[in-house]
Amino acid sequence: MTAMSETRAEPIVVLTDVHQSFGDVEVLKGVSMSVAKGGVACIIGPSGSGKSTLLRCINGLVPIQRGSIRVADFDVHTLRTDHERIALRKEVSMVFQQYNLFPHKTALQNVMMAPIHVLRENEREVRERAIALLRKVGLAAKQDAYPGELSGGQQQRVAIARSLAMRPEVMLFDEVTAALDPETVKEVLNTIRELVRDGMTCIIVTHEMRFAREIADAVHFTDGGMIVESGSPTALFDHPQKERTRAFLSQIL
Amino acid sequence: MTRQALRERVAGSFTWRLQPAHGVAIVVAFLVGCGIAQAQAQRNDPAILETIWKWTPLLARGFVFNLAISFLAMSIGTIAGFFLGFAQISLLPPVRRGSFFVTHFFRNAPWLVLLFYCMFLLPFQVTMFGITVPIPDWTKATLGLALPVMANVSEIVRGAVQSIPTTQWEAAASLAFNRRQTLWMIVFPQCVKRMLPPWMNLYAILTMATVLASIVGVAEMMTLTQRALAAENRPGLLLAFYSYVLLWFFVYCYPIARWTVRLEARYAVRQ
Amino acid sequence: MQFVWDWFRWLNDATGINLTIFYDAFDRARFASGFWMTVKLSVVCMLLSVVIGIFGAWVQGSRVRIARALVHAYIQAFRNTPPLVQLYFFYFGLGSLLKAAGGGPLVSNVTWAIVSLSFFAGAFNVEIFRSGVEAVPRTTIEAAESLGFSRLQAYLRIVFPLAFRISLPALNNNLVNLVKTTTLAYAIAVPEMLYVSSQIWSDELNVPVMMNVLLVAYLLLVGILVYAMHRWERALRVPGFGQ
Repeated sequence: MTAMSETRAEPIVVLTDVHQSFGDVEVLKGVSMSVAKGGVACIIGPSGSGKSTLLRCINGLVPIQRGSIRVADFDVHTLRTDHERIALRKEVSMVFQQYNLFPHKTALQNVMMAPIHVLRENEREVRERAIALLRKVGLAAKQDAYPGELSGGQQQRVAIARSLAMRPEVMLFDEVTAALDPETVKEVLNTIRELVRDGMTCIIVTHEMRFAREIADAVHFTDGGMIVESGSPTALFDHPQKERTRAFLSQIL
Repeated sequence: MTRQALRERVAGSFTWRLQPAHGVAIVVAFLVGCGIAQAQAQRNDPAILETIWKWTPLLARGFVFNLAISFLAMSIGTIAGFFLGFAQISLLPPVRRGSFFVTHFFRNAPWLVLLFYCMFLLPFQVTMFGITVPIPDWTKATLGLALPVMANVSEIVRGAVQSIPTTQWEAAASLAFNRRQTLWMIVFPQCVKRMLPPWMNLYAILTMATVLASIVGVAEMMTLTQRALAAENRPGLLLAFYSYVLLWFFVYCYPIARWTVRLEARYAVRQ
Repeated sequence: MQFVWDWFRWLNDATGINLTIFYDAFDRARFASGFWMTVKLSVVCMLLSVVIGIFGAWVQGSRVRIARALVHAYIQAFRNTPPLVQLYFFYFGLGSLLKAAGGGPLVSNVTWAIVSLSFFAGAFNVEIFRSGVEAVPRTTIEAAESLGFSRLQAYLRIVFPLAFRISLPALNNNLVNLVKTTTLAYAIAVPEMLYVSSQIWSDELNVPVMMNVLLVAYLLLVGILVYAMHRWERALRVPGFGQ
């Protein structure tokens, strides 16, 4: 699936020379990338290459030391107060590898909580929307189940519905299928496919190479805190330019 | 470690057939004490068990007083402890440091010393708005016991909040919740279950600590027991009466301990 | 040193803070003896309770049902009853029994205090050590045995060092509590710090000052113990094991 570049050319996420360190350890060593509105960017690479940290910089969970990050109207690196960051996070939603559902709330309540308490929307409208979202991810029957009663794949889909309920501009996916059984991986990937079809801008960190190849507009290979190579899926997977990319792909594929 | 012992420990107790074995030591000591005292008694003295029975109503009233003190001290201490506990996780450094200091100050001081402190240094009456309110001894003792409870509750709260995985905070932050919302709607409800077993354990400890009030002159069960012993003036009764008091507390505190263990196991499994 | 004591005398004259434990030789000696008695009680009870704890944990693993039942009864009895009443039970109850049996004042109140407090703390230690031993994975013990270690060797060289490290935080907590519990010995006239202080303040009528001194003294004692235990924990730490 390739992007129709004329209609979706404007970038909505722009990273420029981002440097990030945890104490003395430099995790990101100058990352630059941009994602077009409605586009899908996949980030692949070995463990420890900084992929998760990169995502966390984009929604302001982790501060950066140098460089700039622009998401929609926000200059993420300039946000100082919690208030500003909260405003950012209404536009950018994140889905985690370990789902992180709130264990003391049902699936429906998990999806409804943020729109009610953060966006202050009307409860009845939120409930209708939440039920529709759960239906969309195929879990309408499980709306009153607690996370402890759901399988990993089901929990992850609830997590996606929960993020969608905030109507974000951009969604970040942090290795969301890594903790799942192979059988349940498929249902989660299908859900993401639907989102992309609906035009959501997605940045996906993943190990699922076939999925990345199928769904991405651009694939970025990271290693050692830098983007080593970027390109369209066919270009990167079939004709990798850099030696490191080749080495990584030969181990995976 | 044999498999049987392992299973017993996991179950938390022996089978119902052996349940009384737990109180065996005390009951045995009690009966042995009575037996020995009986053997020492003059032929005209009434039987030990009769004497104990005679004094039981008074001792029961004393025990109820102990329980009343324990409820009051626990309530005051828990409320104050909650405030202190949340202050310990505050974002303002002076609040955090101050509450840390207060918590550890009252945790590291011996309960009896705090009790003395309150007994001697709290005024025996207080004048507010022209009304003079007397502060009786038992009130001072209750406040003295509420102080360490407050400090321990503060630590329980802080420990429970810190045991919630950071991933929950991350998820809440990603959904644009602010700190107050995250604490009240997501973190705190999950903490309540974790706080319950140590809180109940604290209550059991507090109940047993109420007898300290006898040292500072409050007329609770221990004081009454000592008065009864003085009135009867028979050395043979000592073992019997003290075993009796131990039995009362055991019968009250042991079920609480068992219940706490069951709660702990239940909440651990669900996570 | 005399100038230090004189400064405290001046402090009393100037501000009314009457710290006789510094400038008055008699009170100084009294308070010091009380302090050392508290330290002595704490140390002796610590050691005894650890021994009781190890012994109890070992018996709990035994195959003899009666032995396990007795230890279980001991633990539940001492954990669910007030330590003060236990103290009275030992001193007045068992003490009078011994006296009647002709033992005379053979056993002093200090000894009874040590016995009572050691058994009290020991009951908690049995649980602590037992959880520690159980936390050592069975696979580790199997590996030791398949290498040819005897049961005793495996216990001494492998299980015990690991179990001890696991138990250490809980054990330290218990020992700190023990130091605080020594104040109960006041009730049977053991001349530990609280008792001695109460004598001083009835003589010198400086209750608030002595109260504060007491609080500070106990905080100091507990603080030093906590610090020492923390250092010991750190020294024994094995990277990657436990937390």
